[in-house]
Amino acid sequence: MTPRSLRDGLLAAALALISVAGHAQNAAKPEPLKSGLEFTGPEVRELQRDDFANPGMLWITRGERLWQEPAGAAGKSCAGCHGEAKTSMQGVAARYPQFDAARARLINIEGRIRQCRESRQQAEPFKYESAELLGLTAYVGQQSRGMPVNVPIDAQTRRHFEAGRDLYYRRMGQMNLSCAQCHQDNWGKKLGPETISQGHSVAYPIYRLEWQTMGSLHRRFRSCQSGVRAELLPQGSPEFLDLELYLAWREGGLPIETPGVRR
Amino acid sequence: MTARIQVPASARRGEVIEIRIAIQHPMETGFRLDDSGRAAPKNVVNALVCRYNGVEVFRAEMGSGVAANPFLSFFTVADASGELVFDWVDDQGQTGSERAALTVTG
Repeated sequence: MTPRSLRDGLLAAALALISVAGHAQNAAKPEPLKSGLEFTGPEVRELQRDDFANPGMLWITRGERLWQEPAGAAGKSCAGCHGEAKTSMQGVAARYPQFDAARARLINIEGRIRQCRESRQQAEPFKYESAELLGLTAYVGQQSRGMPVNVPIDAQTRRHFEAGRDLYYRRMGQMNLSCAQCHQDNWGKKLGPETISQGHSVAYPIYRLEWQTMGSLHRRFRSCQSGVRAELLPQGSPEFLDLELYLAWREGGLPIETPGVRR
Repeated sequence: MTARIQVPASARRGEVIEIRIAIQHPMETGFRLDDSGRAAPKNVVNALVCRYNGVEVFRAEMGSGVAANPFLSFFTVADASGELVFDWVDDQGQTGSERAALTVTG
């Protein structure tokens, strides 16, 4: 082989690699699907299982009270329109995020609560990561506990699903890592002392012992982005909503666990 | 401050019952710096008292070694129907209170 043909061959191989990396990946699910709870220790599992000791229940208690409280210029409470959350909100968390046809974008439960607060109650929408928004989100989520996630991808959401999948497989940050490199390709292996989970969203909002507080899925996304030294996207950003939709598809069939407890 | 307490709805006289309480509180240790680099002042629930029909049955003094959202549990003897009242205070002087009724039979 002449040096020239060797060089051309290497160039072609490199180009082939680039084109593979540049093409949209095929979406894949971990096999078998495992909740993040299976990657934690017995103490954490016990804490989540006990409905009194689970610290997330403090936020849910807050959410339950807020559900009944009239708010804003309209003087309406959540219960005023939706009635008992136990019946009206049952199964809702298993169907989100959804396509909001009026605004032609994806919306998650936090977004829906903020929207209701603004347009129906005519009140200031709760800030992301506030105890109020986490409490109400967790309270709504809890009503679907045990129900399998089922978010169908249809003509309206296909575009968002594909954007979410592409983000999932995109390398980012100074560490140059994608979500998939940890949570799809290497789940179950060790990253320092931690076992890498499959990265499902079924238990959110979660009480994370490291945070010493409850946190949303988008906070978790930002933690991962910070971990790979990437630029952090804002909470509620369209990219995060696309990713949330992709995760909902990927974890389809796993039961909702809200309020989850994790290390 | 949101709090939750768990007391059995009813118990037999002389029965040993478990009482549990969880309080939503950041339990700021005083050792941490906030996002702008300033020391976050210590703020923990430093004292919690439980009175059973006016008689103190449990007292806790907590410091910066207790994690956020403290969860405490203790045992007492059910001797008369009545009320358990919890009172607590943090370093900023914020107080909290919760109560629960207990029915004692036999």
